[in-house]
Amino acid sequence: MELLTIDIAHVLAGALVLTSFMLLYQDRMSGLINIYTLHAIILSLSVAWQAYYQDAPHLYFTACIAAIFKALIIPFSLRSIMKRLRIHRTVEVVGGVGITMLIGIFLVALSLVVMLPATASADPLSREDIAFALAIVLLGLLMMVTRRNVVSQVIGFMSLENGLVLAAAGANGMPLVVEISVAFSILIAFIVIGIFLFRIRERFDNVDLSELDRVRGGRS
Amino acid sequence: MSSDLFMVSNALVGIPAVAAIAVALEPAYRRSAIINLCASGATFLFALVLLVVEPESGGYLFVDDLNIVFVVLSTFIGFTTSVYSASYIDHEIETGRLTTRNVRFYHAMYQSLMCAMNLALLASNIGLMWVAVEVATLTTVLMVGIYRTPHALEAAWKYFILGSVGIALALFGTILIYMAAEPVLGQGYDAMVWKTLMSQAPQFNPRMLNVAFVFLMLGYGTKVGLAPMHAWLPDAHAEGPTPISAVLSGLLLNVALYAVLRFKMLLTANAAAITPGPLMITLGLASLIMAAFMLYRRGDIKRLFAYSSIEHMGIIAFAFGMGGPLANFAGLLHMTMHSLTKSAIFFSVGHIAQVKGTQKIADIRGLTQSQPALGWSLVVGVVAIIGLPPLGIFMSEFLVVSSTFARQPLLAIPLVFGLLLAFGALLLRLTGMAFGEPSRDQGEVKASMWPVYAHLSLVLLAGIYLPSHVVTWFQNVARLLG
Repeated sequence: MELLTIDIAHVLAGALVLTSFMLLYQDRMSGLINIYTLHAIILSLSVAWQAYYQDAPHLYFTACIAAIFKALIIPFSLRSIMKRLRIHRTVEVVGGVGITMLIGIFLVALSLVVMLPATASADPLSREDIAFALAIVLLGLLMMVTRRNVVSQVIGFMSLENGLVLAAAGANGMPLVVEISVAFSILIAFIVIGIFLFRIRERFDNVDLSELDRVRGGRS
Repeated sequence: MSSDLFMVSNALVGIPAVAAIAVALEPAYRRSAIINLCASGATFLFALVLLVVEPESGGYLFVDDLNIVFVVLSTFIGFTTSVYSASYIDHEIETGRLTTRNVRFYHAMYQSLMCAMNLALLASNIGLMWVAVEVATLTTVLMVGIYRTPHALEAAWKYFILGSVGIALALFGTILIYMAAEPVLGQGYDAMVWKTLMSQAPQFNPRMLNVAFVFLMLGYGTKVGLAPMHAWLPDAHAEGPTPISAVLSGLLLNVALYAVLRFKMLLTANAAAITPGPLMITLGLASLIMAAFMLYRRGDIKRLFAYSSIEHMGIIAFAFGMGGPLANFAGLLHMTMHSLTKSAIFFSVGHIAQVKGTQKIADIRGLTQSQPALGWSLVVGVVAIIGLPPLGIFMSEFLVVSSTFARQPLLAIPLVFGLLLAFGALLLRLTGMAFGEPSRDQGEVKASMWPVYAHLSLVLLAGIYLPSHVVTWFQNVARLLG
């Protein structure tokens, strides 16, 4: 029974890593948002499972935030923003998918190599969760680096943040997890509002960040 | 915790929080500027009380010798900046660059920032500290973008994204610290509280601490503005209102540095973990030399001094990375002097940009003739920041260099090289701006000069004579830092 519990936790965390990979190569805006929704749902299941396993009721609250805020509100508002900005059908050119995937695999291997020996004495459950969480964080960073579009960069950041919530939930009995996940949700809400309020399309005619670089021209 | 101390430390967080709500409800901008000023002044007075009360810890806040230095410094500069900000904002309203609604928001964010910074400095556990740093980042992002121009929004966005990645990495490091402490201290708050962490640090899993420190260094290092994670800093300084540039350089960078120092102490306490020094030295030297080269090609006055902040944060990180009583003492002194000098420079630069109607260095000439008070303040400020005697930075830089020569002569070569490079660049720019045929003024400004004079005279005083109890105080802290 103990083993089954741990296996379920690992399956969920592993699924989160896989979904991160799917984010890496997805080039359609709507597809990107769908996969992010999936990412958030798996996160909320994973946190809920940790809550059950650790018998920590406050983690259910974090799971609820993940389910309601990240899997419902964020995708919904992103979709409506994209409709208003008329970029919801955009296909982004993602260059070098093969190389990006290879780097991704390398990053996952790296996080396993770094984290597993470091956590040798820790609880087997949190031990592998933290390695997976690091992989998700690194994959999120990779996505932020390889994408040029603001919305995809933000989705990359949000997947990174999901990795952090997974790590915080996996750390046995860590206090302040709820506070931290709330603080992070506020941050993300600001980012999403930021995309909208700044109306990057209006000012720069495009949400492509290379346009931002153009604005800089002539200044030092 | 004794009840006096508890009340004082709560007041340091509580006054700005209450003031933030008060200014948010106050529509008249002159009155909200006065509330802003009074609240900052009261916070500073409470911070001074910390100097006489015996340090203790307990509850969610704690006070020890290390954070008293940071709290007193940051509340002092917070207070003088609020004085300066009042006259700066007056001018911005008159010229119509800001509306009264903007200013109301600006004042509320200013006090929220003060609250978040004091909370970050006084927080007794690593989770609360992280939340406070995050809130501080958010409030400054909102203030940087307040002019709503494309450039300001771009700067705010860049700062926001890079700052968010930074604090995300710092959170991962924080979780790892908890996981390293949990087997020893058990589940719950104890494994996140500084006091218990420090006392039990030798028993933590060293490999876990190593990984954690890399994340914390990169994460909080982004907020310190260390190269190569500095990209947000020049834009944020150049495009936001100038009081915010002063607060960013003078205070927020220090708060992030404080976080790094705390974790460095934790790692130093564990003999089996890596020594955090070399990592800090590398990042510090990289920032120093990169920024020194970048200083030569700046065309914008605020960007110029933003790069100078990167340079000085590099020197400070280098000094703390060297460690030992002398280098730590030099690092603390340099941090204090840099905060005072750099915010004084930004105070003058803000008014200069208002008078000249531009931030372009090429269009600012002959300041000492057309605007003697502003011009000479800038001259004294720059002379101080490049480290000429008899001002305070000369002394702290001299201590950093001499302690490096004594222990690691090879490291002193890149250090001195970087210092000389920066010296040349700033002197070159200063002569153009301060002397020669004056360029035409675009407007008049009722400058409030006493914050500038106060800062510069403190820096001068420290350069000539450092009172002995300040020396013993800093020596105690330096010893604490290991």
